[in-house]
Amino acid sequence: MAEARQQTARSVIGSFALIAGVVAFAAAAFAYTAGWFSPDRLTPHRLVDAFTPQGGEPPLGHRRNHAKGICFTGIFESNGAGSELSRAGAFAQGQYPVLGRFNLGTPNPNAPDATVRVRGIGLSISTPDGQEWRMALINPPFFAVSTPQAFYELLVASGSKDPNAMPTFAKANPEIAKFGEWAKSAPWTGSYAEERFNSLDAFVFTDNSGAEHAVRWSLLPAAQPLAVSPDELAKRGPDFLEQEITERIRGGPARWTMQVTVANPGDQTADPTQAWPQDRRTVDVGMLVVQQIEAEPDGPCRDINFDPTVLPSGIRTSDDPFPAARSAAYARSYDLRTSEAKDYPRTAPGASQ
Amino acid sequence: MNGVQRFTPLQRLLHWVLAICILAMLFIGVGMVSSIEPKYLTLVSIHKPLGMAILVLALIRLVVRLRYGAPPLPADLPEPMKLAAHLSHYALYALMIALPLIGWGMLSAAAYPVKIWGGVTLPAILPQSDSLHTALWNAHFYLAFVFFALILMHVAAALFHALVRRDGVFDSMGPALTRE
Repeated sequence: MAEARQQTARSVIGSFALIAGVVAFAAAAFAYTAGWFSPDRLTPHRLVDAFTPQGGEPPLGHRRNHAKGICFTGIFESNGAGSELSRAGAFAQGQYPVLGRFNLGTPNPNAPDATVRVRGIGLSISTPDGQEWRMALINPPFFAVSTPQAFYELLVASGSKDPNAMPTFAKANPEIAKFGEWAKSAPWTGSYAEERFNSLDAFVFTDNSGAEHAVRWSLLPAAQPLAVSPDELAKRGPDFLEQEITERIRGGPARWTMQVTVANPGDQTADPTQAWPQDRRTVDVGMLVVQQIEAEPDGPCRDINFDPTVLPSGIRTSDDPFPAARSAAYARSYDLRTSEAKDYPRTAPGASQ
Repeated sequence: MNGVQRFTPLQRLLHWVLAICILAMLFIGVGMVSSIEPKYLTLVSIHKPLGMAILVLALIRLVVRLRYGAPPLPADLPEPMKLAAHLSHYALYALMIALPLIGWGMLSAAAYPVKIWGGVTLPAILPQSDSLHTALWNAHFYLAFVFFALILMHVAAALFHALVRRDGVFDSMGPALTRE
């Protein structure tokens, strides 16, 4: 009897050890999945934090990048030609409401307009099937780096006080030189309405037959671009772009043709630093018509995340790694800025959301 | 263990299906928010429909539970343990219903389309609002960790019943569907 009781005591200790082991293993697996054992993992937190150089203040309440911008509303006039490439509702002939944002590629919401090389546009096209197509395009014809990891390293290098940081980065990522060349030589314009905006990332369209087409797309301005030197632009004041587009659209809408470029079989889709050859087929699928400008603090684009992976059926991401990284980082930026709304007050009476 | 009352087969099925779904959901959740790789999109695209599936299954489970009840706990189980068992089960039910709703509300408050399988977009259940989004985001995040901690306690308690007390409580929800 005593022996039996002893055995039971021993097996009870074993049982408790087993229970503790199961719980510890599950907790460790959870922590591992969360990245708590992987301090080197490039998380959305680290990527977004890299926009703020060490010791710097993040733009509280604002987007962590492309922080300066202005809202607009308008329509997308689809001509129906895109239907051969994708079954997305936005390509069926018709007019669809658009919400968007012109912006500057800077983490500083107060940057003088003439100091920011990259200009961008965020768009959301809503269709009657309840779906949305969001995108964020910029004006360079190709991207600066080939991978999200390299983009993170670029942010770290350009925020570094070490004079060798950028040269070291450029040696390891030679594709940046081409972007530097563009930044130096491409003409500047005096208006968002004169900019060509490009998706750069490749996506995959699926047509009604189920066939897939690798594509990129651009918004081609109807307004004739007029080159203006940055020195000349600087004289127009720190916010000339917002003032100019507000004035211009008060006088009538601004337009862009949406042009889809279709890859040839075998064209790479993973690297947005590599533009496809000029002779690839293009399809003009419709017209973006910007009808009204609204300041950002109370504007409808303020709390919209122009996440390029919010896609309707008929469009999906390709093997380009950037849309996923952008989606993760944009979400982090969104979560931060919406929690900091008090640092970016709304101005309209009663706007207290 | 003879004469031990068990949950109905439907209840046991729902329990184990939900157990798998919820554990997968929690791991997907912490995995996706710490990744910027292409798998991020895959995980998010599973997280949303799986959350909706959990919500539906949990509501069915609640109805089934109210209809069929639960076997009584062993009479010799100490009162504090009985209390812990009852409270933790209220909390588990509350969380498996609340977390998907909070997630849905959080996406609604951020004006994200809530896309689930087959291009189906769920309607927004809340108006767009930065303050609501922030409150719900925090609730979703922290309650998920509370949920995981509760599940660990639940597993520990279940194994305690199975291995130490051997009182039939584990068998009442045991995965074997045929042994009665």
